[in-house]
Formats: sequence, C-alpha cells, structure tokens
Amino acid sequence: VDLVLFYGFAGLAIGASLVVIGQRNVMYSVLSLIASFVGLAGLYVLLDSPFAAVTQIIVYAGAIMVLFLFVVMLLNAPQEEPAVRRTLPLSIGGRPLRIGAIFGIVFLAQIVWALSRVGESRFAADPEVVDRVSSVRQIGVELFTTHAFAFEVTSVLILVAMVGAVALAKRNL
Amino acid sequence: MPTLNHFLVLSAVLFVIGTAGVFLRRNLLAILLSIEIMLNAVNLTFVAVGRQMGTVEGQIIMFFVMTVAAAEAAVGLAIVIALFRHRETLNPDAFTSLKW
Repeated sequence: VDLVLFYGFAGLAIGASLVVIGQRNVMYSVLSLIASFVGLAGLYVLLDSPFAAVTQIIVYAGAIMVLFLFVVMLLNAPQEEPAVRRTLPLSIGGRPLRIGAIFGIVFLAQIVWALSRVGESRFAADPEVVDRVSSVRQIGVELFTTHAFAFEVTSVLILVAMVGAVALAKRNL
Repeated sequence: MPTLNHFLVLSAVLFVIGTAGVFLRRNLLAILLSIEIMLNAVNLTFVAVGRQMGTVEGQIIMFFVMTVAAAEAAVGLAIVIALFRHRETLNPDAFTSLKW
C-alpha cells in the first residue's frame, strides 16, 4: 500500500513540476507548483515526518506561493513571449540547449546507476526509531539547544530579506 | 515499502526538472519557480536521509532551507518588480545592460 501511495505522490509531484516548466502562463505554473508541493507533503508523511509535511503545506504552499501569486497578478504580464530559440527544432536550434539536455540525461543515468550499485537500503521500521523521527518535541528540543545559534541567525536573515525587499521594490526611498 | 533509493531517485528527477526550467524558461517568475522546485528536491533528500539515519536532523535542515527559500523568494520577487518597472517585460534576455 505504501508503495502505491509513494508512486501516487511521486507522480503528482513530477507531473505538476513538468507542468510548471511546460506552461506558458505563469499563473498556471504557480498553481501547479502548489499541487507539486502537496505531493511532496504526502511523501513527507510517508517518511514519518509530519512536522515537515505540515510546514511544507503552511509555509510553502501557503505563504511563499501566495507571495508569487501576488506578484504575478501585480505585474499582469501572464503571456511569455515565445523565444526564438525555442521555435527551432531541438536538433538544429540552440547548441547549449542540446548539450544541457545531454548532461542532464547523463547526470540522471549516473545517479540511477550509483543507487543501483549501492543496493536497496530499507528504512528502519522498529517503532522506537519511528517515534523519535516523527516527534515534533524532539525537533523542538534539537532546534533550540544544538541549533540555537543557527536559529537565531535565521532571524537576522529574515530581517535582512525584509529590509532588502522593501528597499528594492520601493519606487523612491 | 518504498526504500531510500526511491526517494533519492525521485529527488534527482525533481532537481533535474527544476534545472531544466531555469535554462528553458524565458520568464523571470518561472525561473524563480524552478528554483523553488530545486530547493524542494533537496529538502526531500534531507528528510529521506534523516529518516534513514533515525534522527530529526534532516527535518531541522529542511526547516532552515525553507527559511532561506522564503527570504530568497521575497528578495527575488522584489528584484523582479524593480526590473519590470524599468523595462516593462519579464524576458531575461532584455536585461543585458550589465553585459560588457
């Protein structure tokens, strides 16, 4: 059953991601990216990480995508001008494109080959490990003890991003 | 039961899709969306490996990556707005004034 669910969510994530890069209209790209994030959230549930799944939905699909939608509607330029390079058939048009595609396929083949050499590595199924991984309490304890410094630095990062965004987008300060 | 290999292959596929999007799309917003796909693929790797090792470290790193992604989206979108105000287009080929 888990394998079926895995393939379902993985198919949703990959299919929606393909729509994101295949779609001319940015609005549909953003909406299908939300679908892709929902698929990923399902995968996190399969990985016994409910905290990751919930933050994925709330922060990514909720907050960041709304930000994107705002800008898409604000700029109101949904149609992408067709690139000259893209109207040409792949065989003659755009050498960098072709080389990139070859590299991508080689990269993917490499990873699949490497993983097949390693062999199957199953997840530990014993309930103690599952409990430890899926406990939000454990995440909180680790986050505020071991990673407390990184957590505080994150707040500075957010502050800088906030000031930067305002400074960049404002017409005249 | 899906294994670690399933998740690693899936995240490689997603990462490649994101990379292809960055190179193929001719729209600044779509390029930013493709970067989000790549960040998510990496997040999936972190969480899967964290699950494999039986720790919550993977989810903590994912938390930080998400924060960086939010900051990146905010600044990136601000830059896109500023650029659009200048040239009235989102085509990255139009912004070549820094090219020498």
